[in-house]
Amino acid sequence: MSEFEPKIVAYCCDFCAFAAADLAGAMRLQYPPNVRIIRLPCTGKVDAIHLMKAFEQGADGVFVAGCLEGQCHYLEGNLRARKRVAYAKRLLAEVQIEPERIDMFNLSSAMGGRFAEIVKEMTQRIKEMGPANTDRRQQPVES
Amino acid sequence: MIVADRKPLEEILDSIKDYKKIMLMGCGGCVTICFSGGVKAVELLASQIKIARKKQGKPIEIIECTPERQCEFEFIDAFKKDLESAEAVLSIACGVGVQTMSERHEDTITIPGQNTKFMGYPVEHALWEERCAGCGNCVLEWTGGICPIARCAKKLLNGPCGGSSNGVCEVDKDTDCVWQLIYDRLKKLNKLENLMVVRQPKDWRTSTDAGQRRVKFEEAML
Repeated sequence: MSEFEPKIVAYCCDFCAFAAADLAGAMRLQYPPNVRIIRLPCTGKVDAIHLMKAFEQGADGVFVAGCLEGQCHYLEGNLRARKRVAYAKRLLAEVQIEPERIDMFNLSSAMGGRFAEIVKEMTQRIKEMGPANTDRRQQPVES
Repeated sequence: MIVADRKPLEEILDSIKDYKKIMLMGCGGCVTICFSGGVKAVELLASQIKIARKKQGKPIEIIECTPERQCEFEFIDAFKKDLESAEAVLSIACGVGVQTMSERHEDTITIPGQNTKFMGYPVEHALWEERCAGCGNCVLEWTGGICPIARCAKKLLNGPCGGSSNGVCEVDKDTDCVWQLIYDRLKKLNKLENLMVVRQPKDWRTSTDAGQRRVKFEEAML
């Protein structure tokens, strides 16, 4: 049996995490290909329903990556996102899905290395936990 | 406004365990304001239910809708067609909404997804407190606009009980003694003489003690 390859959805702020992911690429840093990035104008755009929908549609893990606290371009979007991630953790726990499958990270656009680290960390964490056991799609999804 | 709190998910899942397709109906009125039954709450609950049922190996189809108000036929009738294919309705409106649906659609069961709590207002963002008990005979006029019926555990009409200590109620240390609040307010308003009048026992027939109540506005009737 092949090793479990989790599907992870990353909601990334355009100003920091998305730029950091770009930088990680430019720096030729290696990180697991399990992450699907969704680019947002600010993590303040994330609502609990977006996080839940990812799990509903087969994600095994989700993370939200925004600017360093105090450095949000829209002042407090990342602080709001943190609250919504906490809310989604509670909603997931209610349906017996480990809250650790979802997390919030803060980084700047210069932290390409940190972005690669976060992806590695999340992928490792979800691999250890196994599939989220929602509706695992029967056929592998082509990337 | 009416404040309601969603039932525990376990209880909701148990109440819909026999159905494969339901309509999840929210309400655009009071429960939207208290975050428990609006469009967003409907989406989130539907998502939770779908995830939980997939995990159980019994997937469920959910029709999501949120009428402007669930407590009036005119608004819920807009979803009549969608309802035809649903086996049951899970309502996250207040108890009035649930009963309006039940009465309008006698052949379909409407299951409550909320515990309707009280009439109140947000004392701060996302925190609601009870302010009116709907007793049917308002006393706010002589209490300085602070209700002892809704806010006193004993519903006292003639001053505080012995459980009032330093302005706090003995029932809950986070609850102010409402009679202390009334005294302070009346003092500020120079109306302490209001407290010299001995209030007679309240006639609770105007409250829920005499069965269902009814209000009629003759001139507006069709």
